[in-house]
Amino acid sequence: MHHSIEIEHLSYSYPDGHQALQDVSLSIKPGEKVALVGPNGAGKSTLILHLNGILRGEGSVCVCGLEVSPGNVGRVRAMVGLVFQAPDDQLFSPTVFEDVAFGPLYQGLPPGEVSARVEEALRAVHMSAYARRVSHHLSMGEKKRIAIATVLSMKPEVLVLDEPTAGLDPRSRRSLIRLLGELPLTMLASTHDMRMVRELFPRMVILDEGRVAADGLTDVLMEDTALLEAHGLERG
Amino acid sequence: MHIHFLDPYRSGNSLIHRLDPRVKLVLALAFILTCALTPPGAWPIYILLFASILAIEILSALGLGYVLKRAVLAFPFVLAALPIIFTTPGTVWQELGISRWELIITLPGLVRFLSIAFKSWLSVQAAIVLAASTPFPELLVAMRAVRIPRLLVAIFGLMWRYLFVLADEALRLIRARAARSGNSNQPSIKAGRDLVWRARVTGGMAGNLFLRALERSDRIYLAMVSRGYDGEVRTLPLPAITSANWLGLLAGLAILGILLSLSFLFGS
Repeated sequence: MHHSIEIEHLSYSYPDGHQALQDVSLSIKPGEKVALVGPNGAGKSTLILHLNGILRGEGSVCVCGLEVSPGNVGRVRAMVGLVFQAPDDQLFSPTVFEDVAFGPLYQGLPPGEVSARVEEALRAVHMSAYARRVSHHLSMGEKKRIAIATVLSMKPEVLVLDEPTAGLDPRSRRSLIRLLGELPLTMLASTHDMRMVRELFPRMVILDEGRVAADGLTDVLMEDTALLEAHGLERG
Repeated sequence: MHIHFLDPYRSGNSLIHRLDPRVKLVLALAFILTCALTPPGAWPIYILLFASILAIEILSALGLGYVLKRAVLAFPFVLAALPIIFTTPGTVWQELGISRWELIITLPGLVRFLSIAFKSWLSVQAAIVLAASTPFPELLVAMRAVRIPRLLVAIFGLMWRYLFVLADEALRLIRARAARSGNSNQPSIKAGRDLVWRARVTGGMAGNLFLRALERSDRIYLAMVSRGYDGEVRTLPLPAITSANWLGLLAGLAILGILLSLSFLFGS
């Protein structure tokens, strides 16, 4: 049985020379829900962009047993649903329906299946009534849900979220956490929301200055106040 | 992650970098004006103009390769002057017969075209040296100093400031699209559908970007108004130009003036 995500000795530096990741190794089993925490600029978003081959560093990244390489980046992108931090970046079509349909349409699926997938994805995020709405006019919480639907419609095996609760009011945050708890997917979420980590993610990885500083059970790491403080985090 | 390649400024500490931006702007504009006014066929003057811009490029320590490579940008625009070869009356140099069409290349036409091409190439080099050796904010100050309307300068400044933001936004949109551009699990289906569909998606993205730019401009305006903006752009008074800079300015203008007057002796 392969792991959902297997990263080995991954290093990456940006073209301007800034070393964003240094020798990162991480493996995530199917069905596991893992939180990626660490201060701003720790390399969380950079790491996430490696999971579907948007960035490519030294070392190896395997997703669902497939090496992320130029040859199979298409399959990898269908298997890893990446939800960006700013939903406005993810929603670029005129209507919600078209946005959710983008992934399946791009894959070239027949129209019947595309509609079925859109319906299913919108139902999963409890937004079925929104298909004809204009993405531009939705609230932040609604946009977040639609952004998640846009990747669910590709039927991914792994859901990767960048700061899912950032900028949400308490009610939208609560309902998003409930939604994430319902989804039966392997999940990796980069976040600063430590209370959500405690609630939703049994495993936690602390990233700081491009390295994995700690990787273990959330309940254990959360009690290690010295460790949290050393990496600019707070107990959730 | 940000886009940096738009900024042509390259830091340095050469004589040209240290020159007052107002002097640089005026001299660059004067150089371009001189190029434009020099009559066609004044080859010795062109060589002298080329020598002077070459000297400036060497003094600026930007690297000749850097400037000359960027100056290639001028060539596509030069094509617009191509019809001159055929339309200027004068001695026939070459006749081209393409099926029933007959094109006549005249000698004066050719000279004019080559002159325009060469002069555009020189002018672009001056602009490149100016932009590469002067940080943009200082260039804005210089524009204000030479009495370019303040509103226009403010627009340049805002455009410069937000071009990067917009380019970053476009980059994020493109990345989000790439993240969802996958292949289905049936190898028989080709991903990407057809060109028309992809063009429609791209069109939607462009529209989206436009809407966001519009909304952002509203927000920026509100932020400006809430800090007291009333349509008038106010700035701190500029420091005086030093005597060394004055000297550079006058010497530069004098050289260009002499070259321009001489050019009418050589020009056709």
